[in-house]
Amino acid sequence: MRQQPVLEVRGIRKEFPGVVALDGVDFRLYPGEVHALMGENGAGKSTLIKVLTGVYQSDGGEVELAGEPVRIAGPLQAQQAGISTVYQEVNLCPNLSVAENVFIGREPRRFGLIDWAAMRRRATELVRGIDLDIDVSAPLNSYSIAVQQLVAIVRAVDVSAKVLILDEPTSSLDRDEVRQLFTVMRRLRDQGVAILFVSHFLDQVYEICDRMTVLRNGRLEGEYLTSELDQVALVSRMIGAELAGLDQLGGGKRRERTARTGKAFLQADRLTRRGAVEPYDLDIRPGEVIGLAGLLGSGRTEAARLLFGADQSDGGTLRIEGAVTTLRSPRDAIARGIAFCSENRKTEGLVGELTVRENIVLALQAARGWTRPLSRTAQDAYALKWIRALDIRPGNPEALVRNLSGGNQQKVLLARWLITDPKLLILDEPTRGIDIGAKAEIQKLVANLAEDGMAVLFISAELEEVLRLSHRVGVLRDHRMVAQLDNDGELTPERVMATIASGAHQ
Amino acid sequence: MNAHALLTRLRGQIPLLVTAVLLVSMFSVGSVQYEGFFSGQVVLNLLIDNAFLLVVAVGMTFVVLTGGIDLSVGAVVALSTMVSAWLVEQHGWPPLLVIPLVLLMGTAGGWLMGWIIHVFEIQPFIVTLAGMFLARGLCYTISVESISITDPQYTAMAQTRIPLGDLFVSPSALIALLLVAAGFVVLHYTRFGRNVYALGGSEQSALLMGLPVQRTKTGVYAISGFCSALGGVLLTFYMLSGYGLHAVGLELDAIAAVVIGGTLLTGGSGYLLGTLLGVLVLGLIQTVISFQGTLSSWWTRIVIGALLFVFIVLQRLITARRR
Amino acid sequence: MSTATTASTVKAVTRSRLFWPAAVLAVLLVANLAFTPDFFAVRLQGGHLYGSLIDILHFGAPLILVSLGMTLVIATGGIDLSVGSTVAISGALACLHISESTDPGSLATVLTAVGIALGTALVLGVVNGLLVARVGVQPIIATLILMVAGRGVAQLITDGQIITVTSDPYKMIGGGYWLTMPFAILLSALVVLATVLLTRSTALGLLLESVGGNPVASRLVGIRAMRLVALVYVFSALCAALAGLMVSSNVSAADGNNAGLWIELDAILAVVLGGTSLNGGRFSIGGTVLGALIIQTLSTTVYTIGIPPETTLVFKAFVVIAVCLIQSPAFRAKLAARAARTRRTTRPHPAAPTNREVGA
Repeated sequence: MRQQPVLEVRGIRKEFPGVVALDGVDFRLYPGEVHALMGENGAGKSTLIKVLTGVYQSDGGEVELAGEPVRIAGPLQAQQAGISTVYQEVNLCPNLSVAENVFIGREPRRFGLIDWAAMRRRATELVRGIDLDIDVSAPLNSYSIAVQQLVAIVRAVDVSAKVLILDEPTSSLDRDEVRQLFTVMRRLRDQGVAILFVSHFLDQVYEICDRMTVLRNGRLEGEYLTSELDQVALVSRMIGAELAGLDQLGGGKRRERTARTGKAFLQADRLTRRGAVEPYDLDIRPGEVIGLAGLLGSGRTEAARLLFGADQSDGGTLRIEGAVTTLRSPRDAIARGIAFCSENRKTEGLVGELTVRENIVLALQAARGWTRPLSRTAQDAYALKWIRALDIRPGNPEALVRNLSGGNQQKVLLARWLITDPKLLILDEPTRGIDIGAKAEIQKLVANLAEDGMAVLFISAELEEVLRLSHRVGVLRDHRMVAQLDNDGELTPERVMATIASGAHQ
Repeated sequence: MNAHALLTRLRGQIPLLVTAVLLVSMFSVGSVQYEGFFSGQVVLNLLIDNAFLLVVAVGMTFVVLTGGIDLSVGAVVALSTMVSAWLVEQHGWPPLLVIPLVLLMGTAGGWLMGWIIHVFEIQPFIVTLAGMFLARGLCYTISVESISITDPQYTAMAQTRIPLGDLFVSPSALIALLLVAAGFVVLHYTRFGRNVYALGGSEQSALLMGLPVQRTKTGVYAISGFCSALGGVLLTFYMLSGYGLHAVGLELDAIAAVVIGGTLLTGGSGYLLGTLLGVLVLGLIQTVISFQGTLSSWWTRIVIGALLFVFIVLQRLITARRR
Repeated sequence: MSTATTASTVKAVTRSRLFWPAAVLAVLLVANLAFTPDFFAVRLQGGHLYGSLIDILHFGAPLILVSLGMTLVIATGGIDLSVGSTVAISGALACLHISESTDPGSLATVLTAVGIALGTALVLGVVNGLLVARVGVQPIIATLILMVAGRGVAQLITDGQIITVTSDPYKMIGGGYWLTMPFAILLSALVVLATVLLTRSTALGLLLESVGGNPVASRLVGIRAMRLVALVYVFSALCAALAGLMVSSNVSAADGNNAGLWIELDAILAVVLGGTSLNGGRFSIGGTVLGALIIQTLSTTVYTIGIPPETTLVFKAFVVIAVCLIQSPAFRAKLAARAARTRRTTRPHPAAPTNREVGA
């Protein structure tokens, strides 16, 4: 065994109303290592980080720093105890100078006043220390995100050099910037800093990390040396294999494959958006369900948003019913028969203080404009029809939508788009966080809609679900569409998993 | 990248530069147009006549730098004049006791508003709006009429002229300038001051960096309350009366001075020096209009409004390009 | 009737959005009886209705109008500080036109004057709307510009004087009687009705509530928020202009300095009292009307019981803070936490996180 861990967590537990986010998780971090924290969405990664940084208080378990039990009451206490965090969206003040961002809250002072010269001098030394040649008196926002990230690391290390948590630092960096970051990380590691690295990019994890801890559903799946666990094994440990039980829900057998005939409703050709998704091709025919598989953060949502005009593409072409189209806004997409159920129901989907009825008619009403209202009778008819069809509970159209459960909220969202009679329905994680009954109902609905001729783009992290519904599966990895696999009856979750892990076109 | 950094830094200074150019050109045009305009005393008079506005604007700058706003300043100024006049004239309290008391009252009121804003997460404008109602209303509970001040110490302050060569300034103008200097030191050379900027840059980040967000936020409103009370004290020196209708609309002038001085209304960027220039621009507009003679006083408001429009759109363009 | 249904009826009534404003208004009105025994008396004299209740409606009419516009602006999550200035400008323009015309008493002159006032308000509203919706300036700042400059413009129009006009048709708007009722009451009732129809029998109300309630989701369902937001500022300006006509007509004079002074604050207060949240979303026109009447009744009450009318401001201050505290989620969370703490002695954990991960 090596030396004593700098940070050790034993049996940590964190509950939220109705959910156990962390259930007895153990975790060790040694000085001078880069350690990856791996897990799918909901595995408990961010909860664990927030417990370590004092944003959340744990409900049980112990945290030891260098052998001493500690209680982390807040971000400031975490920093004082020697744990610093750098987040994906740089948490510094863009309006202040680089030097101030490094030193704010602990500026060098002389006679009670801030000693600017000393602060600049020391900040310059620190940034030079990681081979960064920048003017520390310039405001932070005059530099790229990558440089800002490095400045955040400089601050974090200088505040407390023991444990450095990097929460998805590479998401918005390009290749060269990632290399620069890794150089800095290696140097800090060699100086004895323990680094906890969270990333969705498997290649990066394998490039930089010595060990990894895998979480699944709030439990510890295992602790491994990177060299001992290959990518396929890692992905299967992250996703887990116990999903087989769900198979019984969809009626068991895979659906009949329809022949890939007819004209595509939508064709994407090298469609891309910088920093979101690399150029990809995709065509979807009426009656076809295309699944998008990939780990969280692999670019699934980003790819879909381009097809809905929620984000603008900056390369490639999009054809809708054969005609080259530029979608400037969701409104453009809706007018062409596209609908999009966002994965963030609360922030991007529902208007919480409006009623079920109002939420259901919202998209249709928006398309008609405010001068052509749907009559109350028509609204009630739509609401009641879909409340019944989807078994939305409570069945009261005048209930406030924010008081509904997750599954029922998802059904309201579906109903909202279905009354617009779309030709292409994009569903982003429609079954996440909802109970198993509602999940099966939604899956059945999707299958029926496709049989009736609707094109569906179905995004889900659950491979079983994707395979049960889709005619074809697009696999994304690291913001790239690495493969499109025909679901010919022989496609297995294991093969999709292998594709996610290896990125190969096989 | 260095050229880019330089450009970014310069872009942040555009409003300040525009204000400085505006000030110089207004003064030059005035000097050419009107006889007796080009004199040191005209400049000093700007300070003398606007000392209380400058003091209030200093407090407003602190608040705006955090991304907040304080609509109560005019009312607190009025309340301070009223309380001073009432205690000194009708109760015979000594001014040396009354003035600290008034300053303490303003500070406490500001602190309370800041506390409500932070703890209950209510928008600053609505809390300070309530503060404004309350302060104006309290004026009238003291008296609906104006109370004039005849206390010798107040009249002495009103009449004292501190000679500067051939020219002179009033004690109030000096107090205001001292406050600007003190404010500058606090903003640039203390941790509290830097926390003010950090808060305006990103409250979320300030919290995660472990900065004392609550103390800073309540602090700026307390400072604004103190400055308003001090502004009220200076106004009693100037007007020699306490009145509930003193300083009506002063909050707008103060905000205008801060904006014209180049402080971003979204917070995080700006200078007290800019606010000083902003106050001088506002004063100069009034001076030009009074020298002009045929233009009526309401042109002041129109010109201030037009300047506000230009500067707000300018700010918007600058921040939009930065993203 | 069984007790159970009585209880549920009571619950349904108290949970109605209009219950609290209505209750406050009722309490205020009843309290007046203690000071003025004939407070509720309405008498017919010379074909005109008189009485305290009529006065409240009459003098409250301009505030109701301004508050209506403010309600829609606040529903989108905005605020319009410029309404007071618009009140002054519109009154000044109308009175100027009438006073300069050769035939101030003719209906044509008055209609032109009204047209000029409303037309100008339209332009002012468009400027506010563009600044907020198109340029993206925060509403409070965008409308501050016109709040500052507008008073100057109004004084420029009146040349700093108070323009008095003698014109019977013009007097009708704010001071006249029609069918025994003050015309101002009828006019404001008409506008309230029109606004209810405009928002509730078209989809405007729903779309505004959606934009104010969740701007991101609104974009994703294809609502053209920019137009709607610009539109409410235009509507607010038009309402303010109408109120300006009413105010100047009632006193047959335009005062650029004092007309509509502080009315923006009263209007915001009326909207908030009526149960519309300053954060945007759900709005209630009925609540706003009640809110405006509460404020007017408060002024009347203070006046009749002999307190200096200016001290109403103190009451308003406490009402604003109380209502905002009740609406504040942080305040409610703290109250709930305190209630929980008294129930169990263990140290409570911080409030549940907003972005909770939910297991797939």
